[in-house]
Amino acid sequence: MTPSLSVTEGEQLLTGWGRTCPSLARVQPCASVEDVQTAIRQAGPRGALVRGLGRSYGDASQSGGGTVLDLRAMSGVAYDPLSGTVTAGAGASLDEIMRSIVPQGAFVPVTPGTRMITVGGAIGADVHGKNHHVDGTFGTHVQKMTLIDGNGEIRELAPSGETAAQFWATIGGMGLTGAVVEATFDVIPLTSSLISVDTQRVSNLDDVMARMAEGDSGYRYTVAWIDSVASSGRGIITSGDHAPVDQLSDKQRIKALAFDPKALATAPAIFPSGLLNNLTIRAFNEAWFRKAPRSRVGELQSIGAFFHPLDGIQNWNRIYGPRGFLQYQFVVPDSASHVIRIALDRLREVGAPSFLTVLKRFGPANPAPLSFPQAGWTLAADVPARIEGLGATLDELDELITDVGGRLYLAKDSRQSPQMFARTYPRLAEWQLVRDELDPRGVFTSDLARRLSI
Amino acid sequence: MNDALGEPQSVLVLGGTSEIALATVKAFPRARLRRVVLAARPSAHRDASVLALTQAGVSGVTGIDFDARSTDTHGAFIDGVFDAGDIDVVLLAFGVLGDQEAAEADPHLAVEVATTNYTGAVSVGLHVARRLRLQGHGSLVVFSSVAGDRARRSNYIYGSTKAGLDAFAQGLGDALYGTGAHVLVVRPGMVRTRMSAGLPEAPMTLDANVVADIVVKALRKGRETVYAPGPLRLVMAGLKTLPRPVFRKLPR
Repeated sequence: MTPSLSVTEGEQLLTGWGRTCPSLARVQPCASVEDVQTAIRQAGPRGALVRGLGRSYGDASQSGGGTVLDLRAMSGVAYDPLSGTVTAGAGASLDEIMRSIVPQGAFVPVTPGTRMITVGGAIGADVHGKNHHVDGTFGTHVQKMTLIDGNGEIRELAPSGETAAQFWATIGGMGLTGAVVEATFDVIPLTSSLISVDTQRVSNLDDVMARMAEGDSGYRYTVAWIDSVASSGRGIITSGDHAPVDQLSDKQRIKALAFDPKALATAPAIFPSGLLNNLTIRAFNEAWFRKAPRSRVGELQSIGAFFHPLDGIQNWNRIYGPRGFLQYQFVVPDSASHVIRIALDRLREVGAPSFLTVLKRFGPANPAPLSFPQAGWTLAADVPARIEGLGATLDELDELITDVGGRLYLAKDSRQSPQMFARTYPRLAEWQLVRDELDPRGVFTSDLARRLSI
Repeated sequence: MNDALGEPQSVLVLGGTSEIALATVKAFPRARLRRVVLAARPSAHRDASVLALTQAGVSGVTGIDFDARSTDTHGAFIDGVFDAGDIDVVLLAFGVLGDQEAAEADPHLAVEVATTNYTGAVSVGLHVARRLRLQGHGSLVVFSSVAGDRARRSNYIYGSTKAGLDAFAQGLGDALYGTGAHVLVVRPGMVRTRMSAGLPEAPMTLDANVVADIVVKALRKGRETVYAPGPLRLVMAGLKTLPRPVFRKLPR
């Protein structure tokens, strides 16, 4: 039968969180391991891929013409207080897990800037958070997981022993080694659901970086927001730790482990693309900087306010208008910390206004060949895709980052070249050997994989 | 796959010696291009086009045999190109102007123009659409012409083929709407190329590289139709409303 030229039922146009480069795929809901096995065995020539909540910014969770597996129904969460672990279905979101375990006195080992990601996505992108310098990535805390390989066979993987190579290839493997269906990971014990936060307002970038390099080790969580509009590179450093229950007031102690964040607002579906411009971003950044206290110690904040401020606004990605946006996130080693300032300068010069520019120090890398974090500095900046000349500026930064031994984060990437990827992830060939063993027919692929020849 | 800024990695040029199409390839960020296929009948001209693009810093340029009039071969040809890897942008750029007066005297010549510009384009265009649809992304750029907006005494045979092609391309774009595959109809006015060499120059005549920049910008924005130059849209809207007795008397 000749397929129709027009869209048919079950097909969906998918994009990443940045809403750039859509592609059409057949979305296949899976509610059980058998469903996943069947979908993989029946995948057509354009292959299969699992998509979680679509929070990767670029083209990692889409696959034009392919079958995209939706495992959201596989979202069971079981917390075992004795071993201090959670076993969850790959489709469970960190939001659902937190709602289940925080009241029981436990917290996920790592959370990125949004809770709206799945366990499968956290493993595939090997996500990091404000505690990377202390706790490493999410993948580091996974004790075992179940993977359906390219032949539809079930594999139990563990970080050490016979399956270690397959395990670490799957951590940060962007879903290209198979479909993770379940994982067990350790948790952080809590006596309260509040975070004790110290805030410092710092007038220039050198000072921000010096204070972070010095003070990081005193806190579990640290990150700096940078005013990308100001040439000084001024910023706000927030650092925190889980507050012990005895730091809470009597009133707070009654609900010491409460966790019930709500979305405050939804961004409108259609947002004029000109509304976010240099003027409005400048005004926002000025206000954001001024609003922060010069120095404050021991403020108690909720998990939502400290880790996931943007989750309060549903679909905030719409504010960049129809052309969408990208997030440029790179890491450079300590020896190349000067690249941070160059990148901020270049982005400001090309007129790429960003109100979300985040600087963080990473601890050492883990054994996963494609995991992004490595010791040094990471900078992430949101930029609208419509900016004239942005491509050339980012190409220039790509080259600089490559030359100093840095790299881009695949969960954010939507435009690096295959050459840059191969140079900056030197363990690609080693990873590919393991992938080929897990997926000999090359079933698992994505638009990102095709773009970067992974 | 296009990147987030809408820049392609792979381009297929149908009519691989077209000056406007070659200028368009050069107008994409060249370092991003990994594969450029120039499809045309074998000729020294095609070889020179491959060489020229390669020397301009485009990597992965190859020439491949393609005849717009051999519609029987189009299916296998397009499958061959797409089986070797996704194509992000297809430039449908072949076409002949023909000799209007000679064709009026010898209808065989008119049929040749119609077969190349319309029949051939419809055939290969549908095969391209099928494959873009299968891969779930990509753009087909169809080079129409303002000559198709209203038939003129001096080139109505050519104009009628472009009018048909234009209508076809618009309908195809609507059929593919929402599939990730997209059709851009380009309506250039007069462009300084081999095709127009020797003809008297009309107002608003452009160089091929100016048309190319317009095409590339329109692709980034996801436009569905674009005139080159842009203001021709208004000129043509005006011309289309002229009564025929007046239109007939316009120069050329």
